[in-house]
Amino acid sequence: MSMNRREFLKIAGISTVLGIGGITAASGLRKNLVEASQVKPSSGALKAKRWAMVIDMSKFKTDDDYQRCIDACHRAHNVPNISNPKQEVKWLWKETYEHAFPGQEDEYLSEEIKHLPFLVLCNHCTNPPCVRVCPTKATFKRNDGIVMMDMHRCIGCRFCMAACPYGARSFNFKDPRKLDPGLEKNLEFPTRTKGVVEKCTLCYERLAEGLEPACVEASKGGLIFGDLEDPDSEVRKVLSLNYSFRRRPELGTQPGVYYILGGKE
Amino acid sequence: MLEKALKGGTRYWVWIFFLLSVIGTGFIAYLYQFKVGLGITGMSRDVSWGLYIGQFTFLVGVAASGVMVVLPYYLHDYKKFGRITVLGEFLAISAVIMCMLFIFVDMGQPLRVLNVILHPTPNSVMFFDMLVLSVYLLLNILVGWTVLGAERKGFPYPKWVKPFVYLSIAWAPSIHTVTAFLYAGLPGRHFWLSAIMAARFLASAFAGGPALLILLALIVRKYTKFDPGKEAIQALGKIVTYFMITNVFFLGLEFFTAFYSQIPGHMHSFIYLYSGLEGHAKLVPIMWLSSILAVIALAILIFPQNRKKEGLLAIASVSTFLSLWIDKGFGLIVGGFVPNPFEKITEYWPTVPETLITLAVWAIGFLVLTILYKIAVSIKEDAVFDKYGEKQVQATNK
Repeated sequence: MSMNRREFLKIAGISTVLGIGGITAASGLRKNLVEASQVKPSSGALKAKRWAMVIDMSKFKTDDDYQRCIDACHRAHNVPNISNPKQEVKWLWKETYEHAFPGQEDEYLSEEIKHLPFLVLCNHCTNPPCVRVCPTKATFKRNDGIVMMDMHRCIGCRFCMAACPYGARSFNFKDPRKLDPGLEKNLEFPTRTKGVVEKCTLCYERLAEGLEPACVEASKGGLIFGDLEDPDSEVRKVLSLNYSFRRRPELGTQPGVYYILGGKE
Repeated sequence: MLEKALKGGTRYWVWIFFLLSVIGTGFIAYLYQFKVGLGITGMSRDVSWGLYIGQFTFLVGVAASGVMVVLPYYLHDYKKFGRITVLGEFLAISAVIMCMLFIFVDMGQPLRVLNVILHPTPNSVMFFDMLVLSVYLLLNILVGWTVLGAERKGFPYPKWVKPFVYLSIAWAPSIHTVTAFLYAGLPGRHFWLSAIMAARFLASAFAGGPALLILLALIVRKYTKFDPGKEAIQALGKIVTYFMITNVFFLGLEFFTAFYSQIPGHMHSFIYLYSGLEGHAKLVPIMWLSSILAVIALAILIFPQNRKKEGLLAIASVSTFLSLWIDKGFGLIVGGFVPNPFEKITEYWPTVPETLITLAVWAIGFLVLTILYKIAVSIKEDAVFDKYGEKQVQATNK
C-alpha cells in the first residue's frame, strides 16, 4: 500500500487525537476508583459538623494574653518572622477595633474601645469567597467547616487574597526558610516553599489527634472552640448568653469566628 | 508564509534585535524572580496584584478590540475594513500571547501552571478566563492565517472559515467580560464591586485597541508599500471617538454612585487615586495625567475636522491609548486594593526587575506582532485591490 505525505499526516493526526482522547476518557472513568483517602482517622479525633470559635475579649487583658496565643499558633505551624511588614506571613494577629471592624466605629467611641486590640484570623466562612475563586481547588472547604489550604497544589495566583474580605491570607513572597533562619522548626508540621498562599487551618492536624487548636489551648479560656451545630456545645452556650458580633457579616460570607465582650459569668 | 518574515531591510533587523535585547534583559530579570520569588516586585500582602495583572487586564481589552474591525467587515460587509481585518486579528494574537505571559510571570509557582487544567474548577472565574483566552487565540490564528493564505494565492477565503469568524465575533466581548468578572464579583472590594465593570472594560477596550490599530496602520503605511486605506483609518477614528466618550461616561457613573451615595467604602479608592488618602498619594500624578490625556484625546476626536487630519488623529490615538493604559493597566488594579480590608493603606510601586520583566513581555508581544505584520504586509504589497480597496482579486507576481 502506498501512501502520500498528506494521507500519512491525516492518519497520524487522527491517531494522535484518538490516543489523547482515549487516555483522557480512561482516566476520567478511573477517577472514582483512585480517590486519595486519608489514613484511618484516630479514634480520639475531635469531630464536628461546623467548627467555630468565640473570642471572649474580657479574657484578654495584658499583652501576654494575646502574645501567648499568637506564639503558640506561629510556633506550631512554622510561621516565619519576616521583618518587612509588606510581605509578612500571619496566621493569627492583633488589630485594633477600628481596623478589625472598619465602618463600625462611632464618632465618639471611647478611645479605649477604639484602640482595643482584637485577635484576627481566618474566619472559616460558611460561604468562603476564597474557595469560590481558587482555580485549582487548592483552597477548599471541609465537611466540618474548616477552610483548608493545600500548599502543594497552590499555584500562587493570589486570586484568593483579592477575594478574602478579611485580609486573612498571606503569600510567601520569598523562601520563608531563608527569611527566618532563627525559626525553631516544629518537625510535625511542614515548612513552606516560596510562591504559595497560606493561612490559619484551625489546627486540622491537632484536631485529628484529639487536641484543640494551639491558640485555644494557650488562651486560658479566652478562645472558646466547638461545634456550632451542636446545641449543647460550649460555643453555642456562650453565644446564647452574650451579645456577639462578627467581622463584616453584611457580605454574606457567614464567618465562623465570633467576638463577645464577655465579662459576665 | 513564515519565510516572508526572514527577508527584510536593515531597519527591520535593527528593530528585531532591539526587541530581542529587551526580551533578553527581561529574561535575566525573570530568572532572578524565579529564583528569589515575587518578593522582588513591589507587591505586598495588601496590594497582592500589581503591574503584571494590570497589563494582563489591559491587553485582554486590546485582544478583544480586534472584533471592531472584524465585525463591520464580515457582518456589515463594510469593505473598507477588508484590508485591515488581518491587522486586527494579528494584533489580537499578539495581545493574547502577552496576556498569557503576564499571568505566567505573576504566578508564585509557575511550574504548577498545569494544575489549572489538571484540577478544572468551573466556579473559578480564572479557570474560565484561561479557557476563553485560549479559544480566542486559536480562533484568531485560524481565521487570520487562513484568510491571508487564501489572499496570497489569489483566491477568496474558503467558506468553512465563516462560522469561525462569527464565533470569534461573539467570543471577543466574552473574553473581556470574563476578565471583568475576575474583579466584579469579589465581596468587600468596593472599587471593583460594580455591575458596570464589564461594560466599562468593553468601552475602554474598544477605544484603546482601535487607537493602537490606527497607530499601527499609520506606521505600516509609512514604512511599507501597503496602504491600509485612509477611509479605514478614519472609520477607526470614529470608533475610538464613540467608545472613548462611552468610557468617560461610564467612569462618570462610577463617580456619581460613589460620591452621591457618600458611602465611605465606595469613595475611598477614588479619593486615594485622584487626591490621596490620609497623606498617601503615590498614584495621584499618574491618574491626573490619565485624565488630562483623556481630555486632550476627546478634544481632538469629537470634532470631525480635527479627526480628519491624520497628524491630529495620531496625537489623539496616542493620548487615548496612554490614558487608558494608566487607568486600566495600573490605577484600576492598585486602586482596588487601597485601602486594605483593615482600612489601612499600603502603597504600591513597581520595582526595577518587575518593570524589566513587564517590558520584556511587551517586547515579546511586539516581536510576534512585527513578524505577523511583516508576513501580512509582504503578501498585501504583492496584492491588487479592487476599487473598494477590499481584497486582492488576482496575484501579480506569482
